[in-house]
Amino acid sequence: MTAPLLASAPHTHSRFNVSRTMIAVMVCLSPATAFGLYHFGWPAIFLFLVTIAASLLFEVLSLAIAGKPIFRFATDGSAVLTGWILALTLPPWAPWWVGVTGAAIAIVIGKHVFGGLGQNLFNPAMVARAMLLVALPVEMTTWVAPLVGPDGHTGPGFLESLAITFGGGAQFDAVSSASALSQVKSQLDAGLPMERILAQMGSLQDQFYGFVPGSLGETSALLLLAGGLCLILLRIITVVIPLSVLGSVFLLAGAAWLIAPDQFPPPQFHLVSGSVMFCAFFIATDYVTSPVTGMGKMIYGIGIGALIFVIRSWGAFPEGVAFAVLLMNACTPLIDEYVRPRIFGRTRSGKPLDLGEKA
Amino acid sequence: MRKLSLAGLFNPAQVFSFRGGIHPETRKHSSECAIEDMPVPSLIRVPLQQHIGVEAEPIVKRDDLVLKGQLIGKARGPVSANIHAPTSGRVIAVGHFTAPHPSGLPVPTITIRPDGKDEWGPRLPRLRPENATPEEIAAKVAEAGIVGMGGATFPSAVKLNLRAKYELHTLVINGAECEPYLTCDDRLMRERPEEIADGIAIMARALGVKQIIVAIESNKPQAIEAMGRHNRALGYELRIKTVPTQYPMGSEKHLVKTLTGRETPARALTAELGIVVHNAATAHAVHLAVRYGEPSISRVVTVSGRGIARPANVRTLIGTPVAELLAHCGGLVEEPERMLLGGPMMGLPIQNPRVPIVKGTNGILALTRSETRDRDIMPCIRCGLCVQACPLGLTPFELNARIQASDLDGAARVGLLDCITCGCCSYTCPSNIPLVQTIHFAKGKLAEQESRKHQQEQAKRLAAARTAREEAIAEAKRAAMAKRKAEMAAKKQREAEAAKDAREGEAVK
Amino acid sequence: MLYAVTSMTALGLGLGLLLGLAARKFHVETPPIVDEIEALLPGTNCGQCGYPGCRAGAEALAEGAAPVTLCPPGGREVALQLAEIAPPECGGGAADIGGMEEAEPMVAFIFEDHCTGCTKCFKRCPTDAIVGANKQIHTVIVDACIGCDACIEVCPTEAIIHRTKPRTLRNWYWEKPDQFSVEGEMRQSA
Repeated sequence: MTAPLLASAPHTHSRFNVSRTMIAVMVCLSPATAFGLYHFGWPAIFLFLVTIAASLLFEVLSLAIAGKPIFRFATDGSAVLTGWILALTLPPWAPWWVGVTGAAIAIVIGKHVFGGLGQNLFNPAMVARAMLLVALPVEMTTWVAPLVGPDGHTGPGFLESLAITFGGGAQFDAVSSASALSQVKSQLDAGLPMERILAQMGSLQDQFYGFVPGSLGETSALLLLAGGLCLILLRIITVVIPLSVLGSVFLLAGAAWLIAPDQFPPPQFHLVSGSVMFCAFFIATDYVTSPVTGMGKMIYGIGIGALIFVIRSWGAFPEGVAFAVLLMNACTPLIDEYVRPRIFGRTRSGKPLDLGEKA
Repeated sequence: MRKLSLAGLFNPAQVFSFRGGIHPETRKHSSECAIEDMPVPSLIRVPLQQHIGVEAEPIVKRDDLVLKGQLIGKARGPVSANIHAPTSGRVIAVGHFTAPHPSGLPVPTITIRPDGKDEWGPRLPRLRPENATPEEIAAKVAEAGIVGMGGATFPSAVKLNLRAKYELHTLVINGAECEPYLTCDDRLMRERPEEIADGIAIMARALGVKQIIVAIESNKPQAIEAMGRHNRALGYELRIKTVPTQYPMGSEKHLVKTLTGRETPARALTAELGIVVHNAATAHAVHLAVRYGEPSISRVVTVSGRGIARPANVRTLIGTPVAELLAHCGGLVEEPERMLLGGPMMGLPIQNPRVPIVKGTNGILALTRSETRDRDIMPCIRCGLCVQACPLGLTPFELNARIQASDLDGAARVGLLDCITCGCCSYTCPSNIPLVQTIHFAKGKLAEQESRKHQQEQAKRLAAARTAREEAIAEAKRAAMAKRKAEMAAKKQREAEAAKDAREGEAVK
Repeated sequence: MLYAVTSMTALGLGLGLLLGLAARKFHVETPPIVDEIEALLPGTNCGQCGYPGCRAGAEALAEGAAPVTLCPPGGREVALQLAEIAPPECGGGAADIGGMEEAEPMVAFIFEDHCTGCTKCFKRCPTDAIVGANKQIHTVIVDACIGCDACIEVCPTEAIIHRTKPRTLRNWYWEKPDQFSVEGEMRQSA
């Protein structure tokens, strides 16, 4: 007869656990992912699968080297989720080795070098993306127009796509095009006023629905917004970070646009273009790299939003999300150190409350 | 007026009246089981330490015959409690037995073999609370050995005497019973509301307060209604207030905050706010002691959990072995994953079912694996759920990280000593990290370090005292020697002078 | 070229001279560390460190002749405190202290069956932790005992042994849980 266990209280637990969270995030990401895969065709599907497979592979390798229990950690879903998010930030027709390299950087450098699950300082997917962007500027900025048009799906067939992803991949200048943000940047540099630039591009509605070029998963702001709201309703994330990120982007962009409408796109453009939606709901809300308190999350979110706007408007890169997130990740420990909840019965500075003083 | 925190507005987990806390499933399987009596057990083991404070001193010896209610252990000092024989019988041992505690360490215990007659001895002299002074009531409560029956077991008389040190205006009766499974207070309030109300009024008189609030969680509507029907006693009016069903509503500081909106300052008693909190079952015990002269020798215990054949609320004698109580409820249907004394959030696990029930045992739970939901421990993912759940506003993940890195002083700086080990953080942690056990360890370790430091200082003082004593002895010896030498020398000189005189005298002659 | 060389040399020499003068003039006398060290030691002069008394041990430590782990009754805590203030050449870096594991405090225990009441032990006890009179059985007051072994050495009937301080309900606490129980089980006894 095994004796009852002697461990400290509490002796019961809520239903919440890590795997459930990961699965919920993946489910909420699925609509936007499916949309992207459909719109960019087979090469995108291959890239997606390769990236995720590579992530799992590197995760298993790293766990083996670190001597940690492989089965338990590899099946908690975190590696798959990292690979998934990374894949969604890659150009859809990128060659397979871009995905594999990204996965290696994200899992090995971005996560395991720091100590594994829960120990990383920077968001692994963003680390990988930033490194890839800087190291492979051409491959990472070659966008493809969506393949679904009035004539139905016009993408390459299965075998052709294999050649694109696993072969040379470069001969598709015919369909490549600039994303909205890069177009805005280059035209602004050329000196055109904002209205002309916007008139040349697709409507804001197209941007919102996602019928524009972009990364694999960031095109459909609508589906990302829906998925994000589901996450909030499922209580996986709180509304603080998304609201702070989107809010600060909107307010700053709005202020700038009101001051100089020639130089700046309108705020709604900022919200639907690029990967702001994706970042606000799925990247900035990553548990490990964001602060733990509500106030801390707000500061973090505002910081990300502000940096996104600044990098987009005045930085060298058209899209500032990866760098904004990495910069604020570096601030998270500082935020956590100084922004603490108030302890019951004490003032904010830690002294016991004076009688008659209301916190 | 409560300050709303902006971040808190958006936090879906925080819809409560105090920050943090959790909503576990209440699992009140025994809430419809009326309190049943249990036959006298075959053996009674009464520990002499069932309360906070100094253990009682045994005043009976082996082979003494005792009657029900007889004083067998005397309180030692002000923070201690009397122990009485729960039934009549023969004392077969005054020694040590396994304590009802996870450590399994021994506790001084008086073992009684009941003679089956359950014969009362002389009761305590009764008191008419209308004519008694507060000091007399408190003395009666102390004489009856009543301690807090919500689980804290603080000697109730000491709490009643707080009127001497603080300006009190309200008595709050804690009918929250926030732990899952436990229903003993609920049933007691439903079945004996008049007696409880009487006890409450007596305590109010002992405290010298005018206002009485009885706080009951919203998941006990019948208890609320029953107490509502008996809300007048001894000229006092009891205000029955419904508080939200949430854990840890039973924590007295949080109950006070929910009722009044005021936070008790850290390290202070609620008495500093003029409020004293007592458990509802304690009030019932006070009623029995003052009106009938019955000391604290029995209590209602909830026996529950999927591992038990028949969940029940049993009025049982203090000192009843857990095994007999389990047998009375039909025994165990399967091997429990945990056997607990108390509730699942803060209860004490035991392995030996022969340990006795004590005054603070409000429940015995036999929990199966499906109820405990034990899972593998994963690393901390800094999700912040523990911070959201903590009713004290601490950062449990940080405490855990610091303690695992052996930085106990750092942990103390970020609030380790404010933790009430309620278990909300461990309950919510998605990585199943044993946060509360880590905090228990750290608190125990810090206390041990303090006591070691204290002991070393004491050892230094002892050693210094010893050296001083030996030096004093040596000094005294030297002084005595010197004195003797001086005396000898003086004596010799006198003899020499006397001899000289004599010679001179002879010469002269 | 020559100009550059001479000017740099002159600058170097001048500044070096200034630094030297400052080092001499503003030199800070370090307070006598022996007193501080002695204050940290238990002060019971039990001799377990190998030096005649705590003062001698402190002097040895200050000179660098003894490691910071010299005091067994002080244990790990005293070693850590000494490491903070002792000069670095005293040996005993973190590695040595790590070797001093968290030892349970040891106390003496007298087997009453073997005790003849000769009183040799309580005369030796530096903290008066033994009570007993001539021809009476002696016993150890656990709270005062520092585990220095002085009594054990002198007992003619070897009635005294070392044992860990008994745990009571008052000083018991839960064990530190493993961070990751690799076998996947949380079973741990108290």
